[in-house]
Amino acid sequence: MTEAVTIEARNAVKAFGQGEHVVRALDDVSIQIRKGEFFTLLGPSGCGKTTLLRLIAGFEMPTSGTILLDGADITDLPPNKRPVNTVFQSYALFPHLTVAENVGFGLTMQGRPKAEVSKRVAEMLALVKLEPMAGRKVSQLSGGQQQRVALARALAPQPKVLLLDEPLSALDLKLRKEMQVELKRLQTETGITFIFVTHDQEEALTMSDRIGVMSAGKLQQVGSPRDIYTRPVNRFVASFIGETNFLPATVVPGGVRLSTGDVVEVATTRPGAVTLTVRPEQVRIVAAGEAGAIAARVKFLVYFGTDTHCHLDLSDGTEVVARVQSPASGEAGIVEGSTVGIRFAPGAAQVLED
Amino acid sequence: MGADRLQRQSARNGWLLSLPALILLFVAAMGPLVIIVVYSFLTPGEYGNVVWEFSLDGWTGILFTRDIFDGTLGLADAHLTIFWRSVKLSILTTVATFALGFPTAWFIATRPAQQRGLWLFLITIPFWTNLLIRTFAINEVIRVEGVLNTVLLWIGVIDTPLAIIYTDTAVLIGMAYVYLPLMVLPLFAAIDRFDMRLLEAGYDLYASRWQVLRRVILPIVKPGIIAGSILVFVPSLGAYVTPRVLGGGKNMMIGNFIELQFLAGRNWPLGAALSVTLLVIVTAALLVYVKAANRGSNPHG
Repeated sequence: MTEAVTIEARNAVKAFGQGEHVVRALDDVSIQIRKGEFFTLLGPSGCGKTTLLRLIAGFEMPTSGTILLDGADITDLPPNKRPVNTVFQSYALFPHLTVAENVGFGLTMQGRPKAEVSKRVAEMLALVKLEPMAGRKVSQLSGGQQQRVALARALAPQPKVLLLDEPLSALDLKLRKEMQVELKRLQTETGITFIFVTHDQEEALTMSDRIGVMSAGKLQQVGSPRDIYTRPVNRFVASFIGETNFLPATVVPGGVRLSTGDVVEVATTRPGAVTLTVRPEQVRIVAAGEAGAIAARVKFLVYFGTDTHCHLDLSDGTEVVARVQSPASGEAGIVEGSTVGIRFAPGAAQVLED
Repeated sequence: MGADRLQRQSARNGWLLSLPALILLFVAAMGPLVIIVVYSFLTPGEYGNVVWEFSLDGWTGILFTRDIFDGTLGLADAHLTIFWRSVKLSILTTVATFALGFPTAWFIATRPAQQRGLWLFLITIPFWTNLLIRTFAINEVIRVEGVLNTVLLWIGVIDTPLAIIYTDTAVLIGMAYVYLPLMVLPLFAAIDRFDMRLLEAGYDLYASRWQVLRRVILPIVKPGIIAGSILVFVPSLGAYVTPRVLGGGKNMMIGNFIELQFLAGRNWPLGAALSVTLLVIVTAALLVYVKAANRGSNPHG
């Protein structure tokens, strides 16, 4: 089944500055975002994710490349002509208007009749559970409430795409968790395509249908949260999302040979020196000397409650972290300083291209 | 209890300490006003002083004039013309300074932070020069053989010199020039506080450039507009030097009319009554303006 594409960027480049000081905030990015999906742009600050969002909103013009909405070129369309709304990081609520007037602003500007505006505003306020606040000034609201007003304001004109620029970063942890659920609910209820920008990998993994990982102005990988986590394409993606181990290795027939001399069976096409990556929870600790296990020494343990991180040293000094379930109290566990063996869960080890 | 008394005592001492300042303020601000009000109810003297004899002629003289032959009262058209011209020119000056000052203040407020100081400094430079000299400079620019006409004739835009000097337009140009900084500075302060991200929010929500200006920018910087308008309108209404130099004596404003009564007219009570009237007009205009400006923007008071 091919899904309809709502937003598409083709070879989008955005350069800032002049002469020798040109910085390419976006470097030849092409991406297709499907209708009705919750798409997250994930990356560290300065990776170009917000620039891409601003190109889609129309606040910035690309230096080259095109932006398409439902197949039509909207590259030169100003923001007020695009059926795309934004939830700003700072919320950018109008301080001189009430909550209801803020929510109705977009509809009023579109010239909708008054009766329709007030009906829609009431619906939106109900959707974000802020009906009693309709007459308040926005300055009288808490951060979480302002966030809801910003959402209602952006959703009220029923945009084809809703852009969210790190909308949860100003909230405290508890409120952030609540809003994550709330956002997911709103997206499902409205069926609007959400493009969500964040630097928080956990937020991206839990909320998104698909994630686009960005770094240094380039799109590194696009895929479902599971794809991105289990099949990272490069070292950046593997390290930015979750924790992982990197092991230097050389390709040999049937797998790779680690620097310790042990051979791990893994599918690979590229010859030469590579990096093997394996997530800590996929590292199994077995008895020392077990056939096929890699010898390791337990350096120290870090207790995390549900699980324990074992920091291990391989024979050549390479460090590996294994995450194991914390043993019930009294049960003999892994002891610091002891020698053990480690194995990787079948299919868990991955060869990275660079 | 002892502490309580100490506190009361210290509060009383505080009052005592500020007493000299309060007396000075009261005497300096209220004293002249009281004298002016008292004078307005007296009779004009022979040589431009007052005779201590109660009379309402000063007040009736504002609107009516006594026929020198039969002594009947008639409406003083000339006085009304002067009042009307003063109010009209003051409103036009306020509008003109706003039209010029808003883009200027916006320009300065959107410069990088380290450049703003320089631009504000340039705005305040005219204050270094005496008002009279600045007004004569404008005279030099717009008079019949002035800079403006010379240049326009030379490049062939006009065939005959523009007769701007000694008209209401000349007074308007002069006042707009003189009072422009008083509009720019409060507008700058308001625009400087304006969150520019709201512009993007406005555009994002389908507002055109004009709608963003009218529905987002102007309502938010309104306190600056009100402050600037008051700072321009009030001195405009009482302007004296500018209409004198650029209006050529015949295009009088209230300020010149008051001066005329105190000096050449030798009618101090009328001059005093006119001064009080000016004060009342200014106060009334401000009350109406501030009330109108606040209406709608803040339904909760």
